[in-house]
Amino acid sequence: MPVLHIVNKSPYDRNSLDTCLRLARADAAILLIEDGIYAAQKNAAASDKVQHALGKHPIYALQPDLQARGINPDNMIEGISLVDYDGFVKLTTEYDKLQSWL
Amino acid sequence: MKFGILVNEGPYTHQASDSAYYFAAAALRAGHEIVRVFFYHDGVNNGTRLGVPPQDDRNISARWAELAKDNDVELILCVAAAQRRGMLDADEARRAGKDADNMAPGFQISGLGQLIDAGIQADRLIVFGD
Repeated sequence: MPVLHIVNKSPYDRNSLDTCLRLARADAAILLIEDGIYAAQKNAAASDKVQHALGKHPIYALQPDLQARGINPDNMIEGISLVDYDGFVKLTTEYDKLQSWL
Repeated sequence: MKFGILVNEGPYTHQASDSAYYFAAAALRAGHEIVRVFFYHDGVNNGTRLGVPPQDDRNISARWAELAKDNDVELILCVAAAQRRGMLDADEARRAGKDADNMAPGFQISGLGQLIDAGIQADRLIVFGD
């Protein structure tokens, strides 16, 4: 029963990403949206744990939210895939359950 | 595929109303069906028709209403959350002895059962909030 975990808060604001990473099963994927995309930045305080999580789960980031925050895709951790809203919808069809970490 | 959407945050607060709207629009564009958008907690404030946002800003409730009309999508406000926050349709306003109602076209007031029903009917339930 693969789950898509949707994280919408910055790791510098709340600990929802930590909780998500602690509880996500091996077949789960993680989608960063809204302020959650701050976790996708490289050379930042949260980069190491996200890099580590990439070894276990596919991680996606919502491109319009990245753009809205002025983050250059070049400054993203390598291996994180960008999706637009069409890609977001597609991901939700590919995973059985959607867990929003509000 | 059938989607249910739950919106727990008010408009113009963080981003939930916008994310939910763009998700809904993309799902419809891809040929999916949206069983229902359920507005809960402060999310019920999405349903006011009295908002007057600046002309160069998005009108969130009008945008929902248009999406609902064009695609035959149900927009439901939780009744208990709505009453607390002064979101009233004509019937509720009369019942509560109020002098006005403020529900935007396309929105309806109903109970939490409609959220459960959306969860049962839909293949996926997605939650947007704070």
